[in-house]
Amino acid sequence: MQLVTPAIGLVFWMLVTFSILLFILKKFAWGPILGSIKDREDSINQSLSQAEQARNEMAKLQGENEQLLAQARQERDAMLKEAREMKEKIVGDAKSVAEDEAKKIMSRASDEINKQKSAAMDELKKEIASFSVQIAEKLLADTLANNEAQQKLISHHLNELTQKAQA
Amino acid sequence: MQMSDNQCCNVSVRFGKLFFTLIFSLFFSQNVVATSIETTHDASESHVTSGSESSEHGHGQAHDMHDEKEGFDPGKMIMEHIADAHDWHLWGEGDHSVSIPLPVILYTEENGVSIFSSFNFHHGHAAYEGFKLNHEGVIAWEDESNTAAIYDFSLTKNVVAMLIGSIFLMVLVVKMARHYAKNTGKAPKGIYNLIEPLILFLRDDIARPTIGKRADRYMHLLLSIFFFIFTLNLFGLIPVFPGGANVTGNISITMVLALVVFITVTLSGNKYYWKHIFMPDVPVWMYIIIIPIEILGVILKPFVLMLRLFANITAGHIIILGFFSLIFIFGNMNPGLGYAVSPLSVAFTLFMSLLELLVAFLQAFVFTLLSSIYIGMAVEEHH
Repeated sequence: MQLVTPAIGLVFWMLVTFSILLFILKKFAWGPILGSIKDREDSINQSLSQAEQARNEMAKLQGENEQLLAQARQERDAMLKEAREMKEKIVGDAKSVAEDEAKKIMSRASDEINKQKSAAMDELKKEIASFSVQIAEKLLADTLANNEAQQKLISHHLNELTQKAQA
Repeated sequence: MQMSDNQCCNVSVRFGKLFFTLIFSLFFSQNVVATSIETTHDASESHVTSGSESSEHGHGQAHDMHDEKEGFDPGKMIMEHIADAHDWHLWGEGDHSVSIPLPVILYTEENGVSIFSSFNFHHGHAAYEGFKLNHEGVIAWEDESNTAAIYDFSLTKNVVAMLIGSIFLMVLVVKMARHYAKNTGKAPKGIYNLIEPLILFLRDDIARPTIGKRADRYMHLLLSIFFFIFTLNLFGLIPVFPGGANVTGNISITMVLALVVFITVTLSGNKYYWKHIFMPDVPVWMYIIIIPIEILGVILKPFVLMLRLFANITAGHIIILGFFSLIFIFGNMNPGLGYAVSPLSVAFTLFMSLLELLVAFLQAFVFTLLSSIYIGMAVEEHH
């Protein structure tokens, strides 16, 4: 029966010891231990969430980079296209200007040529007339008393001739 | 410590005793020699007079014991080992036993407080200051007609074992706390790797699921209860000093533990808990049945906690000692038979010891789990 009868001394010492044990362990052991376990858990959780955040940020940055790159590529393409267009335009412009200029020069040249030709013709006509007159004078000096009538006749004929040549 | 030789024993017991001594004194080889010499000495002289220290009374009692000890009594041996004692038995048997005397502290209305060493009882053979040890090892009046109460506050074997276990536990976990304070945020090292999973297991798998969001307030208590029981269970499995005491298998110890749980549950009970007991949701006429049952349940819960731990640990000690006793029971019939049985007996004891290691954890776990569940029931919020 001694086995199942609580002994007052043992109960007393157990109460004293266990109370002290509870107090000391709570104050110096479980408190700090549970605290540092919690701190560690918190710091691990924080680190994990920070890592997650960093990864998300990385992904975002990467996306942004790609976007930027695409944008840059687009811009470059646009610039190149613009440049090509400009070049073509400049070349085209230059070509048309040159053509105009050439046309102008040509027309001016042909005008000049025509002018020169007509002047030369006039000169030639005069020369020919005077030559003809001289030749005719020489030929007909004696035969023709009236020089003026002769002259008129000849120029009449010469005019006819030139009109034929021009036609 | 004391060794006296005033008892004779027959040959068959001697062999068994020798083997018993061998097993229990592997670490104290000096004494093995001493005891064997003494036992041979006993055999040569069939009757030896009592030692000079023993009083007249003690001598008489020794003769009574001599009559009892003709054969090996496993029941008596086991009971002596699992019960509390006023000295810490180390090895040897009966009057050859070597033990550490422990302080006896008594309070009586007649004598007031008396403090003396249990050495003065000479293993129950002598009376001291009017007190003696009765055959159960309990302190009684020398004058048997005196019926006045004796309040025994002695530092008995269990008290000392409990103190040793508690100090061991305190040193261990306080050092752990220091280590943690020094290495904040770092992973634990060494033995703390073993303790921390237990703490986390208690917190995450016992306290939090059963108590809920208020679990952390009870963690100190649950951890203390768990580690107290677990440490003392393990110490109890060590066959020699400072272990071997059946502390957690003592009803006084488990009673106080259960009382602590009972007080905690009662103090943390919220209005739903009390309403459930005194105003349950049943027709009023049933209160006459339900309320006594509920009150009984409140008392029964810690009572069962107390009994479970006590019975399991005591049973473990009894089984281990029982297997050992087989050697001496057979040895009593024939020494050869005792030797033949011993390997089997040792194997069984080893197996049981390993099983007890599991039980040591399991009972600490069950006690904590149930305490946690009871606290959880007390603080549960109903809607």
